[in-house]
Amino acid sequence: MPTMSEQILSRVAGRPVRAGDVVTANVDLVMVHDSLAPGIIRILHQELGAERVWDPQRVAVVIDHVAPAASVQTAEKQQEVRRWVRAQGIPNLFDVGRGISHPVLVEEGLAQPGMLILGSDSHSTAYGCVGAFGTGMGSTDIALALATGKTWLRVPETIVVRASGTFGFGVGPKDLALRAARLLRADGATYAAIEWHGVEQLSVMERMTLATLSIEMGAKAGIIPPAGLDLTGPLVPTVDADAQYQEVVEIDLGQLEPQVSAPHYVDNVADLSDLGRVAVDVVYLGTCTNGHYEDMAVAAQILAGRRLAPGVRMIVVPASAQALQRAAADGTLATLLAAGATIGTPGCGACIGRHMGVLAPGEVCLFTGNRNFRGRMGSPEAQIYLASPAVAAATALTGYLTDPRAVMDGQPVVSQ
Amino acid sequence: MARVWLFGPDINTDQIVPGRYAPYMLKDESELRRYPFIEHRPDFAPNVRPGDIIVAGKNFGCGSSREYAPLALRMVGIGAIIAPLFARIFFRNALNLGIPCFTADLTNELADGDEVELDLESGKITTSAGRVIHLPPPPLFLREVWAAGGIVPFYRQYGRFPGEVA
Repeated sequence: MPTMSEQILSRVAGRPVRAGDVVTANVDLVMVHDSLAPGIIRILHQELGAERVWDPQRVAVVIDHVAPAASVQTAEKQQEVRRWVRAQGIPNLFDVGRGISHPVLVEEGLAQPGMLILGSDSHSTAYGCVGAFGTGMGSTDIALALATGKTWLRVPETIVVRASGTFGFGVGPKDLALRAARLLRADGATYAAIEWHGVEQLSVMERMTLATLSIEMGAKAGIIPPAGLDLTGPLVPTVDADAQYQEVVEIDLGQLEPQVSAPHYVDNVADLSDLGRVAVDVVYLGTCTNGHYEDMAVAAQILAGRRLAPGVRMIVVPASAQALQRAAADGTLATLLAAGATIGTPGCGACIGRHMGVLAPGEVCLFTGNRNFRGRMGSPEAQIYLASPAVAAATALTGYLTDPRAVMDGQPVVSQ
Repeated sequence: MARVWLFGPDINTDQIVPGRYAPYMLKDESELRRYPFIEHRPDFAPNVRPGDIIVAGKNFGCGSSREYAPLALRMVGIGAIIAPLFARIFFRNALNLGIPCFTADLTNELADGDEVELDLESGKITTSAGRVIHLPPPPLFLREVWAAGGIVPFYRQYGRFPGEVA
């Protein structure tokens, strides 16, 4: 019986397919972002000789990677992208401030269960949060998909990460995903898809944390069964009891400690309690992985009525305008600001080291994002630790890598 | 002869070209040729010659989907990349750009700076000392795309995607 990838890819290939088959498939949605759009447009028109995208309704263009523009060059390229979108009659342009492509396409209802979605961004595995097969591709593949409405791929084998139990206080989806990266390693799911089972209790954006981090294990897609989300789409994939899996990884949520990925590799993961005293200059809460409303709310819960440790900066960049509006409406934003955090325009922010919080040599950043590669957020001499929003908030209070359970018990306790 | 440039495992695309050096960020996109491994290995870009070969450890090219990472390597004329495992998106991007990638672990067979000859058709490597290494032959659909010079010329020539029956 088929895996969720096999169910979805059989639909878009128009025939029953199995892991290992190489298929040409109809693409349901193509996402293009500002960072690569100019190159994609050039390949589409100049190299492929196509005048129009195959279906403007099935294209979404998002200006999120340097938003708002940080230089004349990026401003000019964004201007070019906007003109192109108009000329092509593409209705779905999400401009500066609307947010990061992945949550935006989910919020807009464009990403739906059972779809094949290609994005010009490696974290396009994100769309697995609604039960879609989302995958990242480079400029040429995206241009080909824009020209033809098709792509080719090998149907992946599937690795299941099966969660059991419930999260303890201060532990959440990021800890689960980092734990999986610790077990599978950065290449453990290369060419495969990950299915996340046992996480029906999570909201759609919490599921996005798992889906985006799937690529950090090399996965082609990271799919969560859309059970419990009340979403409709071309196909609602389900977990089949008889599906054949390459590997099953079991994680007991009740036993999970806060996980931290230390520099400079995402799979360099340890229990926070084993890392000793790590002083931090910047706490950065944001990205498609952990810049959602839920993430700001967790941080606000810990920061409520308190102030950041002296000398610590906390930058919050909401993943989307909707997340920001919701945080503004219910007081979450006011709590964060009162604690001393500052807010950036919804978008990718400093995740790619281009603006809004670039790191200096020697600086240490506690980052809720998805990559701690050397130089990722600026100076190659900076250090990036990846952790959950709860760890981020606790760390902002003490100035040291801190277990959120310690600060919530009353007395801030710094890990030794 | 081609020079071997040896790299370790898990080389990510931020190490190949940091996001701060993306074409998006540059006034003149042809500058990209100056930036492969700009921070990870600053002696690479000034000294690499057309036809040179990258020999790396597992999971080469992991991370971002940025095609400008392999594009920068193509701009300096990299002849082939040999690694025991490639990250998926990088492998596709390199294939699409016509950069041959061979799946093999030669990190213990060849040293940085070795001079070798690589015959792409047969996958035969001959070192300057006369030693011969045979790379496992890549599947036909990969060789077809290399022969066409990348996925765009392949598609324009055949009107189909690799792996599809003609």
